[in-house]
Amino acid sequence: MEIKAGESYGFFTDTSVCIGCKACEVACKEWNQLEGNEPAFLADSFDNTGQLDAQNWRHVKFYDRVPDRSTTSGNGTAFLMMSDVCKHCQHASCMEVCPTNAIIRTEFNTVFIQQDVCNGCRNCVAACPYSVIAINQKTGTAHKCTLCYDRLQGGLEPACAKACPTQSIQFGPLSQLQQTADARLEALHAQGVTQAQLYGRDDKVYGGLNAFFLLMDKPEAYGLPNAENAVLPSRNNIGGYVGAVITAVVGVVAGLVAFRRRRMA
Amino acid sequence: MFLAAEHFVRAPDWEWFILGYFFLAGLSGGAYVIATLLRLSGDPRDEPAARLGFYTSFVLIPLCPLLLTADLGAGWWKFWHMLVNVTPGNAGLNFKYWSPMSVGVWLLLVFSIFATLSALGAWLADRRGREGPPLLGPLSVAFNVVGALAGLFLASYTGVLLSVSNQPVWSDTWTLGGLFLASGLSGAAALIALLTRYRPEAVYSLVRLRLADGYFSLLELILLIAFFVTVVNAGTGARTIATAPLWALALVGLAASLVGLRAEGRRMRPSGGGEGGAAVASVGANAILVSMLVLIGVLALRAAVIFSGQ
Repeated sequence: MEIKAGESYGFFTDTSVCIGCKACEVACKEWNQLEGNEPAFLADSFDNTGQLDAQNWRHVKFYDRVPDRSTTSGNGTAFLMMSDVCKHCQHASCMEVCPTNAIIRTEFNTVFIQQDVCNGCRNCVAACPYSVIAINQKTGTAHKCTLCYDRLQGGLEPACAKACPTQSIQFGPLSQLQQTADARLEALHAQGVTQAQLYGRDDKVYGGLNAFFLLMDKPEAYGLPNAENAVLPSRNNIGGYVGAVITAVVGVVAGLVAFRRRRMA
Repeated sequence: MFLAAEHFVRAPDWEWFILGYFFLAGLSGGAYVIATLLRLSGDPRDEPAARLGFYTSFVLIPLCPLLLTADLGAGWWKFWHMLVNVTPGNAGLNFKYWSPMSVGVWLLLVFSIFATLSALGAWLADRRGREGPPLLGPLSVAFNVVGALAGLFLASYTGVLLSVSNQPVWSDTWTLGGLFLASGLSGAAALIALLTRYRPEAVYSLVRLRLADGYFSLLELILLIAFFVTVVNAGTGARTIATAPLWALALVGLAASLVGLRAEGRRMRPSGGGEGGAAVASVGANAILVSMLVLIGVLALRAAVIFSGQ
């Protein structure tokens, strides 16, 4: 595949074929030279990384859905697995609030944090609705998936997509990935898997996600805000400032009344 | 549109430095506003207290950028990245009107200039005489009015900054900007009242400082109720339970102000002593206690909000 600047690229992560092998996590760490966190027993299914953070730019989530009662043949759903990653939102909350403009959109239409510009204010951490961005304790700057920006510049696909053995993670031009996702959804629905749905394929979630998903349950089950709740931080600007202005007016009047009161006394 | 308790966001770990900044920014901005309002009252006998307010604002303001830069994860020397875009090929100033942090950094800079010049003016006027009119007369007052607008912003934008996020509690309410402003004004009035101990001629304004503190606290109480209504309505009210002791401290501070309001309201009545009573009011032990409780409440309110959301 030829990777060209000026075109939109992304990931289509099909959770229906994820086997939870974590090859994506390993490939990501290896290419990006991420040391990983200290090993810890999380007592949480097969998950041993816990979350996306400064050391985990890919994280395979395991959702235990083992039924309480025995089920019929062919209805043995036991786990939902999903290789989570930065969504590279078209309307990115992190970019919106970043005061240093360290977070930029690259020539591949992905979201990238410039490490030499970021000063570690953590405004992006508070804004990202997917809990993707975290502070690297060594550098003090915000870190997240770069969608292998350096590999793209060299004409290579991202490490995670290359390593994925089941093609759960597919990389490519966004328009092509969207067609692939539509065909896959249609096939699943035709097989009676009606719960399958695409997340971030269209512009209902943050204007569309460059890293979008095929999910086997509602988004909330995977820790993703649904379309109704996928809202930008700036939504609160007007309410916050109007509240402050009204308070300022009332406060100033109250102060003047208090300081002029002796004339009436 | 609120997230209705559906938050999957990571906490930014804004803790003690940010708490200190929010506290001092509220007091510094609030002190400047109160000093300006005292000048606008038109009574030259309020001038000593007004100057005390400008001094207070000036002394507190340098601590604000120190705390902010100390909190930066990448080192204090990168603070200027907030002001100047250092992205190659995009050189210029950084200003995003839709990002309260970006606007706040600029307003902090602007307000610092007003606070410094106003304190300098107060010091020069003090050298001529402690109870004389401000230097440059109406021009000085006009300058203060513009500075007070910056002070109002400084005392309130920190709350808006928290709301403009996707954090639980913070982003579930529109009240934080107003709440921090009312609380900052109340704390600043209490602080100036406390400092009149060290400037006897400013005691003339003491009773009305207490009155103003009470009015600001009433406003704060209304906003606090609105805060809890909005947060509970969004489904994140339970997150405030863990910080209950801090909320209790904030309420104690509010109650102290309101008790002071009731007492001073009686004093202001003609039968209660009127202006004469105000002029001779002394800063007794009770008054010191009230001021301290109010200031602790201002700090506790900010801590309660910050730690409820993360």
